[in-house]
Amino acid sequence: MSLYYLQKILFQLNRDPVVRRRFETEPDELLKEYELTKEELDALREPNIGLLYVLGVNGQLLMHYAAMRGFPWADYIEAMREGVRRYGPVRAGIYAMVED
Amino acid sequence: MPLVFAGVCSHAPGIVGRAHLADPAARDSFYAALGKMRETMAASAPDALIVIAAEHFGNFFMNNMPAFAMALTDHYEGPIEDEAWLGIRRRRIPGNRELALRLITRVMQEVDVAYAEEWKLDHGIMVPLHFLTPNYDLPLIAANINCQGPPLTPLHRAYAFGRALRRACDEMAERIAIVGTGGISHWPATPNSGKINEAWDRDFLARWSANRREELLAYTDEETYRQAGQGGFEIRTFIAVAGAAEGSTGEVLYYRPIPIFSVGCTAGVMRLGTAKATQDLSPAAA
Repeated sequence: MSLYYLQKILFQLNRDPVVRRRFETEPDELLKEYELTKEELDALREPNIGLLYVLGVNGQLLMHYAAMRGFPWADYIEAMREGVRRYGPVRAGIYAMVED
Repeated sequence: MPLVFAGVCSHAPGIVGRAHLADPAARDSFYAALGKMRETMAASAPDALIVIAAEHFGNFFMNNMPAFAMALTDHYEGPIEDEAWLGIRRRRIPGNRELALRLITRVMQEVDVAYAEEWKLDHGIMVPLHFLTPNYDLPLIAANINCQGPPLTPLHRAYAFGRALRRACDEMAERIAIVGTGGISHWPATPNSGKINEAWDRDFLARWSANRREELLAYTDEETYRQAGQGGFEIRTFIAVAGAAEGSTGEVLYYRPIPIFSVGCTAGVMRLGTAKATQDLSPAAA
């Protein structure tokens, strides 16, 4: 679990066109620069928006990544719901701060 | 010159970006209230506008997250979001670096505020400006409170930040307006997007408009999260405005849940009287 670095790459993808370009042209080289688990790497690459949400990514970062990967708003919301159905409750981060 | 205006409003991106999907009557009534807020602010003839916002990873990240930050710049760019998604065209917006320097220097006597000489605007400031300064011609001084995640800025420090801003504004020759933007209850960008806790919102607004400090500071973050979602943490911006208007009460111009905008849409103004803020913590006051 390396939620900090998972969110960091999404923050940089959202803000920095150079990082976005590298993500398109040399994703393996780029992703090596972050301490990510295999599960996190797979979720980023696929992309598995629902799993990213369950892993704890803040929606203020995730919604922009989902849009970048072509998810319309309704599909983004549904992907998070499907993620919870498949993988269970959010495991870390802000949305896990209280138990349901 | 004493602070000339203090108000609060919502900033959710859907307010402009999803306007076409909203019930026209609800949308138009909210826009009219924001128009009234704009007229009230314009009547106060401000020379500059401080917007206290809840930043959303536009400028800051967890590698260095300030509890408070203010912009020290002569210009901004925004929005950082996709223009079509937000419904607001990207543009350059004037700041006032020299005034910001004087304000920050004074605020730092009481509150350890970070400063940033580079600042990009997201919907948290662009949506309020879209309605309040539609010509984008009033110099902006952006401010930010960490409302994103723990460790969150304590509520009593948000109030103290407002107090410090008030004292700083009162000492300037310029006429300055303050607007806080955020929440109230909402679950932005999550599976619960569109959920609104109207009862919680109305109770909060009653506390805000009465400007009862102890009641405004009585929330715990866990309670806020349960009742008002992550977006509820943005009450810090409203609380800062209450601190800036300490001794005055406010008027809620508008409150109505509009789920397609993902928030209980709000506009409010403080009736700034002659009351001055109390308890100056700066060395000069000791």
